[in-house]
Amino acid sequence: MLISMNWISEFVDLSGVDIKDLINRFTLSTAEVEDIYEKGKDIKDVVVGKIVEVNDHPNSKKLHLVKVDIGSEVVECVCGAPNVYVGAVVPFAKLGGRVGDLEIKEVPIAGVISRGMCCSEKELGISDDNSGLMIIEEDYPLGTDIKKFMQLEDIVFEVDNKSLTNRPDLWGHYGIAREIAAILKRPLKPLELADTSVYKDLPSVDVKVEDTDKVYRFSCITMDNITKKKSPVNMRIRLTYCGMRPINLLADLTNYLMMEIGQPMHAYDNRKVKEIRVKTFNEPVEFLTLDGVLRKIDTETLMICNAKEPIGIAGIMGGELSSIADDTTSLLLESANFDATSVRKSAMRLGLRTDASSRYEKTLDPEMTVTAIERFMKLLMDIDPGVKVTSSLTDNYVKHYDKITIDFDKAYIDKYTGIDISSDMMEETLRNLGFEVNRQGDNFSVVVPSWRATKDVTIKADIVEEITRIYGYDNFEIRSTKSLLTPVRHSVERDNEYRIKQLLSTKYDMNEVHSYIWYETKLNKELGIVTEPNIRIINSVTAENDTIRATMIPTLLGFVYKNVDTYPEMGMYEIGRVADGLKEDGLCNERKRLGIVLASKKMSEKDVFFKLKEAIEQVMIDIKNITPVFVENNEINKYNYVHPVNSAGILLKEQEIGYISVLNPKIRNNIDKKLNVVFAEIDIDDMEKVSAVPLKFKEVSKYPGVTVDLSLLVDKSMRYETLAGYINEYPCEYLSKYYLIDIFEDEKLLPGKKSMTVRFEFVSMERTLEGNEIQSMVDGLLASLKDKNIELR
Amino acid sequence: MLENLEKIRQQFQEELKAVNSKDELEKIRVAYLGKKGLVTEALKNLRNLSNEEKKTAGMQVNSLKNEIEAAIVEHQKVIEEKEYQREIENAEKYDFTIPSNREPGTLHPITIVQKKIEDIFKTMGFIIEDGLEIQTEYNNFEAVNIPKNHPARDMQDTYYLENGQLLKTHTSAAQNTIMRKYGPPKKGEPLKVLFPGRCFRNENIDASHENTFFQLEGMMIGEDISISNLIYFMKVLLSEVFERDVKVRLRPGFFPFVEPGFELDINCAICGGSGCPTCKNSGWLELLPCGMIHPNVLAMGGIDPDRYIGFAFGLGLTRLAMMKYNIKDIRLFNSGNLKLLKQFTR
Repeated sequence: MLISMNWISEFVDLSGVDIKDLINRFTLSTAEVEDIYEKGKDIKDVVVGKIVEVNDHPNSKKLHLVKVDIGSEVVECVCGAPNVYVGAVVPFAKLGGRVGDLEIKEVPIAGVISRGMCCSEKELGISDDNSGLMIIEEDYPLGTDIKKFMQLEDIVFEVDNKSLTNRPDLWGHYGIAREIAAILKRPLKPLELADTSVYKDLPSVDVKVEDTDKVYRFSCITMDNITKKKSPVNMRIRLTYCGMRPINLLADLTNYLMMEIGQPMHAYDNRKVKEIRVKTFNEPVEFLTLDGVLRKIDTETLMICNAKEPIGIAGIMGGELSSIADDTTSLLLESANFDATSVRKSAMRLGLRTDASSRYEKTLDPEMTVTAIERFMKLLMDIDPGVKVTSSLTDNYVKHYDKITIDFDKAYIDKYTGIDISSDMMEETLRNLGFEVNRQGDNFSVVVPSWRATKDVTIKADIVEEITRIYGYDNFEIRSTKSLLTPVRHSVERDNEYRIKQLLSTKYDMNEVHSYIWYETKLNKELGIVTEPNIRIINSVTAENDTIRATMIPTLLGFVYKNVDTYPEMGMYEIGRVADGLKEDGLCNERKRLGIVLASKKMSEKDVFFKLKEAIEQVMIDIKNITPVFVENNEINKYNYVHPVNSAGILLKEQEIGYISVLNPKIRNNIDKKLNVVFAEIDIDDMEKVSAVPLKFKEVSKYPGVTVDLSLLVDKSMRYETLAGYINEYPCEYLSKYYLIDIFEDEKLLPGKKSMTVRFEFVSMERTLEGNEIQSMVDGLLASLKDKNIELR
Repeated sequence: MLENLEKIRQQFQEELKAVNSKDELEKIRVAYLGKKGLVTEALKNLRNLSNEEKKTAGMQVNSLKNEIEAAIVEHQKVIEEKEYQREIENAEKYDFTIPSNREPGTLHPITIVQKKIEDIFKTMGFIIEDGLEIQTEYNNFEAVNIPKNHPARDMQDTYYLENGQLLKTHTSAAQNTIMRKYGPPKKGEPLKVLFPGRCFRNENIDASHENTFFQLEGMMIGEDISISNLIYFMKVLLSEVFERDVKVRLRPGFFPFVEPGFELDINCAICGGSGCPTCKNSGWLELLPCGMIHPNVLAMGGIDPDRYIGFAFGLGLTRLAMMKYNIKDIRLFNSGNLKLLKQFTR
């Protein structure tokens, strides 16, 4: 919103105040100022001139040669305006003067020297009227600088509208002036109003508020004998400076009032509007708004009507047919207060947000409606003294806001602020802001002014804000808290999450990625990935991606696809959320999942698989001190990207935490036939159900151990797990550990068989083992394995 | 006997001269001092001598033995030095400019920035919490004092799900859950929590708009938490985050979940506060919203607003990462584009 300092100074004495400094303090105490414009500085040496002679331009049909009397001399200039005539009094820019970006110099125009310029309103920045020369109607001596009677010089500042959303009282200059008065600790002048009580014996307007839910107050009055059509120049300047387009006197006045006290008003032509009905329709209707658009009005939208038909959309926009016309001399002036939510929702449904509706949305003070009418009348009668009031002030006050009284004491404020603001200062601030203050020592009972009582100030904490913002947060002494030093409870889960990322990125050179919480439907289709139905978003702007993911893998495979042309090897992972269906209570079963994908054109599929398996093992050993177990799991085959043979569930102790799988060749071929892809998904929430095994330190033997490598011939299909199980069955106290070091397969040499070389380590805690002892242990082991049909190769 | 010893000495000295390696040296040691070595033999032969002779000859033999031992040790050093010289002379000169081909893995830029901030807040005693991404209307709106009919709840900004839940629009959605988890703080031990999280806004994306982004929110609740404390914590913490002594400025700001609410500005790093295009000549950059937690929000979180006061603040984590790395296009974060993401090695 644009605020004119000239306007403000009507209500607060700004003498001796550094305006820029004041605007800065306004930002710190009230609302953010986004820009400051210095107006009128670019208008120089423009004076009142009278056209005394008009001649045709020898070289142009459009241009005229004009002689202008500016008191001290008569100047000749070239003028292109269509409305030149002898006797016209116009603003005339002298040589050496300036109009906007234009410096006035002696220049030939179409071959004739021009020594000045007659100006239009647009050129002077008064309005956007560029149809012809501005005609000065007031009587000023020729040669008078126009700045003597036109308030062209002004400082206008732009307040960020977003920072005013909670302050219905700041949507007009008077409210802003009240803030500035409080900041400066200077008095706020009252508004000059007309006295409507003198018309109380006139007949009232026929008003019926049929929908009392959506209306707080509806006030109106009628007037006749309006003769003036154009608003005074200084009013037009203010409207223009504040971003409103001057139209005609009555429309300008309603806009002026809206800009001055924040109350939207509407002027109806009294010839067409004799009575008022405020209601909604049972059936949708069509309505032509004054912007010339025919709109469909639904049954929720509150309408202003006369006896026959709608004449305005309440709080949003009037109608074309009842609006002020050129020949209007009588008006019905509406000043009403409508329900904020109703106006906002109607405006949203209509896609029609106006200056009026955006003010009503803020929950305006209903007390303002009559003030606005009285102010309107005062201004109108000053401009057009012949105006006749034809009705009494008709006021339907349907709903009142409660009067709000807030009790508090200084100790409460001190506790909130952490500093010491004196009771006297609190009282002064609150009074300046319009609060009624009853105070006994440090105990306060304050009444919230009506313009702050619609939603803005309701509780004690709101009072804290009023006092502190005017006190100035810059003036706060800042301190740390008085509190005990206690160690921070740290979150193991959080630490684990970061640790997993670190391991995968630094030990396995993977790249962490982020992706969306929904499936990329198009890409999945392209890759042939089939996902199960899952919970959907009902209003996404990208409607095709409306299904929340139940698994991390499809998106990661999509990322592989997007990068495969650049990178022959990839390792990507993400810790993110999925919705694994719904829980019993109907809420989403949100899970935190780790998805990992490894892809390579260089390594064999098998190597990629075991690299990922190793990574998972390392992660689990690192954060849980548990080696995970990989088991058959048919459950995971429900996903069509899972490999039917080479996929396994992952168990941590007994808890199932996820799975690992080679990418199904069908999907792989859609990405890249030569790319070996393996992925895994781990449910972090399930993983965290398993508590970490504490690390136990063990003494080691002081005596040398002996290692024996045995190549064992087993059936080709035998898994290492089975062999290990057989080894475990053989009791041997000195066997400290054993592990697989090699697998050898050769269909010719070892048909139907394979050789697994296992390294056995024997050691005693008490002594050095003798060679024959070890031999007998190995023999025993081999004998036991022979029972299982396993022999030494 | 004595002549014999002298012969051995001379023979040894001759042979030693020719020795050029440790192996040869060992051979010579065995030839003289080994079990069947010449000196050892000579020692054995002593027993054939008379006591008188034995004494003199014994001394001579021992002296020779010591002499040979010392010479071998000495010669060994010479050989070692020579071998060392030879190894150095023959050493291959490596081309240190040959690159190692291992490409380091990377963390997501959000993770990097988030971790840094979490660590800073931990030093001031903040607990790090987490929240759900799919939230109830209650947690996202009601519990943070955004009632039905509030403009912030208008459909278009929020992703609503079929079951009535929604994708959380701000990290504040976790406030209620966290308050209920920890309960009213003990005397003198304010609750200090930081909760980063991913948020969602239902809008079309372009270089500066994302529908999925990270925020980070913090709050501190206790019996004597004040506006003065809020300014203090913001100033010291943000100084750590930005690695400079930042100046902070509070202005009134309106957010339903705080009262009073503030917009916090920091002095512009580019001009230092004197005014430049980045800060629109104001010298200040709008950084984060903050305020004293609204009594309704505390009450809904099960914390007595007559007894406890708290402050809360929110920070756009994605925006911070963009500032830190000078990222111009917000779509990078969720792109999965490895060409871009592989740069974030720290």
